[in-house]
Amino acid sequence: MARAATTADAFNAVAEPRRRQILDVLAAGERPVNDLVRELELAQPQVSKHLRVLREVGAVDVRDEGRRRLYRLNGRALKPIHDWVKGYERTWLERFDELDVVLEELKQEEVEDGGKHQ
Amino acid sequence: MAANTSSGTATVSLPTDEQILITREFDAPRRLVFRAFTAPELIRRWWHAKRGEVTVCESDLRVGGKWRRVMIAEGGFEVGFHGEYREIVPDEKVVYTEVFEGAPPESAEAATVNTATFEEVDGRTTLTLLTEAPSKEIRDAIIDSGMEAGLQDALDLMEDVARSLR
Repeated sequence: MARAATTADAFNAVAEPRRRQILDVLAAGERPVNDLVRELELAQPQVSKHLRVLREVGAVDVRDEGRRRLYRLNGRALKPIHDWVKGYERTWLERFDELDVVLEELKQEEVEDGGKHQ
Repeated sequence: MAANTSSGTATVSLPTDEQILITREFDAPRRLVFRAFTAPELIRRWWHAKRGEVTVCESDLRVGGKWRRVMIAEGGFEVGFHGEYREIVPDEKVVYTEVFEGAPPESAEAATVNTATFEEVDGRTTLTLLTEAPSKEIRDAIIDSGMEAGLQDALDLMEDVARSLR
């Protein structure tokens, strides 16, 4: 199932490594722009530009507190990405559950063989 | 025993645009996990992911050796994968290429490089499986294929539910 390739979707917003970095920092909690500038070691205009893209797709929310602008993650906007990966993840979950069964048998065999295969 | 297994704890993440990273802990020493992950007669028993029947499962486990797996998925379509072993450290690590047969472009350029590492702590083993695709497009196509499988799962479940209501 091909996903929509619009320029203003969450997929596009997180395609940029710096923006993923911003999301990682915000995952730990709400932050003012200055914190992000410091952590990313980028100039403020660049950080603001990335934040604008993230805001457009709703991946981050902003609020004013006195003279500070605080940014925080909005996980719901990233749900399409989560859903997209989910199907792939499910295949591997099933595989690993089957692998657990195989491993239990191998362990059992070793016990029965008295550790001959060590 | 089954209650001790770590069912459902696998995590999938996308560290970069070209990568997929899967990690999962197993309640077994790594020599067994390594064996189950590399021996064809054992791969045959888990790789199907309950989505079909494995019809071909061959591997020549040595550097430069080839491997191939084919599964007939429910619904009758065949999916095949093949590749080559690049690096083997017994019980610790295996690096291999993987090509999805039938997907354009079906060529060496479309191959992903997969690195499986096995780390053991207190008799439990963490498997880390890193898939590195040659481009974001190919990485995304791999995940898309999983999306379809996931959708199929959902439909199957729906069918079960529908049947139970009869």
